[in-house]
Amino acid sequence: MRSSFSDQFTNFSFVFPALLIFSIFFIYPFFYTFILSFQSYDLISQPKFVGLANFREVIVGDKDWWPSVYNGAFITFWALTFQNILAFMLALGVDKVIRGNKFYRVVFFILPVLSEIIIGLLMKQLLSSEPVGRGVLNQWLHQLNLGGMACNWLGVERVRLVTALVHCWKGFGWAFVIFLAGLQTIPEQLYEAARIDGAGLWQCFRKITLPLLMPVIALILVLTILGTMQAFAMILALTGGAGGLTEVPVMRVYNHLRGNFAGLACAEGVVLGIILVAVSFTMFFISKKIKEKYGVLPS
Amino acid sequence: MYYQAKKVIILIFLHTFLLSVALSCILPFVWMVNVSFKGQAEFDSDYGLKVATQLNWKNYKTVLVEEKFWRYFFNSIFYTSITVFLIVLISSLAAYSFSRLHFPGKNVIFFMFLTAMMIPLPAGFVPVYVLLNKLHLVNRTGYVLAMTNMGLSLSIYLLKTFFDQLPRDLEDAARIDGCNKLQIWWNVGLPLVAPAIAVVTIFNALNVWNEFVFASLLFTESNLMPLQVGLMEFSSKMVTQHTLIMAALTITALPIVLLYLKMQKQFVKGLTAGAIVG
Repeated sequence: MRSSFSDQFTNFSFVFPALLIFSIFFIYPFFYTFILSFQSYDLISQPKFVGLANFREVIVGDKDWWPSVYNGAFITFWALTFQNILAFMLALGVDKVIRGNKFYRVVFFILPVLSEIIIGLLMKQLLSSEPVGRGVLNQWLHQLNLGGMACNWLGVERVRLVTALVHCWKGFGWAFVIFLAGLQTIPEQLYEAARIDGAGLWQCFRKITLPLLMPVIALILVLTILGTMQAFAMILALTGGAGGLTEVPVMRVYNHLRGNFAGLACAEGVVLGIILVAVSFTMFFISKKIKEKYGVLPS
Repeated sequence: MYYQAKKVIILIFLHTFLLSVALSCILPFVWMVNVSFKGQAEFDSDYGLKVATQLNWKNYKTVLVEEKFWRYFFNSIFYTSITVFLIVLISSLAAYSFSRLHFPGKNVIFFMFLTAMMIPLPAGFVPVYVLLNKLHLVNRTGYVLAMTNMGLSLSIYLLKTFFDQLPRDLEDAARIDGCNKLQIWWNVGLPLVAPAIAVVTIFNALNVWNEFVFASLLFTESNLMPLQVGLMEFSSKMVTQHTLIMAALTITALPIVLLYLKMQKQFVKGLTAGAIVG
């Protein structure tokens, strides 16, 4: 069935508003990022072409850039291990326990639903230790006779770890829900057949759950890396950067833009974007290799 | 008997584990609401660890009226509803066309929307802000347009996959009865994808309500700020007013929590939908 030109024009006009907004606010800015990263632009005077100066500044000149990437990687490490293992264990538990299933799901998912600012400000109030040695959490520990654990939670020695843990606390519900959805697609018959053949709990887990869940695990790992390396609003609310100790890359981008260094902010974004694309491609190939190792999975 | 006992022990262990994590999620918020009802003096003596003896609404009154949170609240509702309305309208039109109608270059354009979701753009807000600055759109219009764009790709993808699963018979019947394409989209298509529209609405409403980066860049005037930006300003201005901050946090969290408890299925679908695309 061939449609006339005016017909096709009508069909296209359905897409037109979406395409227009998308072109102005995604496609154009996407390429504009690269142009801006070669310019010095303070948002007021004319942009000036400066070549690779911004990139040189980010990669070698700026002493605070790589530490901020390290901070992001540190938090990502905790999210990858602590947050995801906790989420996985919770999902395994909820998958087996039918009673209270819905209650746990509702409660765990409430943290991802709330904004990063709420979580950050609330935890700031809970963890703050001012006046020195006091504060809500410390007071509570004293009441539980755990006064020995009281300390300056957002102080120099601990602030990085505490920030990472708060990030995990906010994020585990999201990983939990995806793990749970993955677990519930595994047919119960597989476990029954394995049990009849004499497989124990550990063998069932090792030979059925883990290989069948591999795609979900790979997905969560990639999304955790991408999500955590780009998160910053919660940290801004919680510590405000803590003098560089918890400053993450996107926070630097944000602060540079607020300080009217648009070109530098773009160069930082490009550098971080390239790192993230490289990491997610590596992850993609690793997960493909793992899939090949486990052979073709039953769909 | 032995297996029975073993099972019970495992269950007790499991529930203890799950419950303790669940408590860690709930208790901070119970504390937050509790403190929001206390006076500053009372908070200083017990750190909000004792249950408030009476419902003291004074903090809420101060925050809402004197600190202008009613305005932030109204702004948040305004931005959220306009953006969600635009996204649903624009993305359902586009999704219907991608699913049912034909025009040259259709697949290429759809592929572009898909790719947009997968590229990590950590500094995506920088060029958009510079652009809005150049277009003199550092205002409500610019914010709503930028936020609309942020929700478009995923919404189009979700609605298109939903349209794809629907039978075409109803639309054929409507066409024979003399409906044009726009009428079919409005009268047949949209009612049939209502469940997907609910997910798209919730997902985007949450996104806009919780958005901080663009809002903080665009709105420096306090009477344009949405709640998230107002909260940040307020907390840096009133560092020691713990009870007031907790009342402000409660006001910001409450609508989302109530909506979540009422429509958790759509929330979970919306927030995990992005993951399924990958």
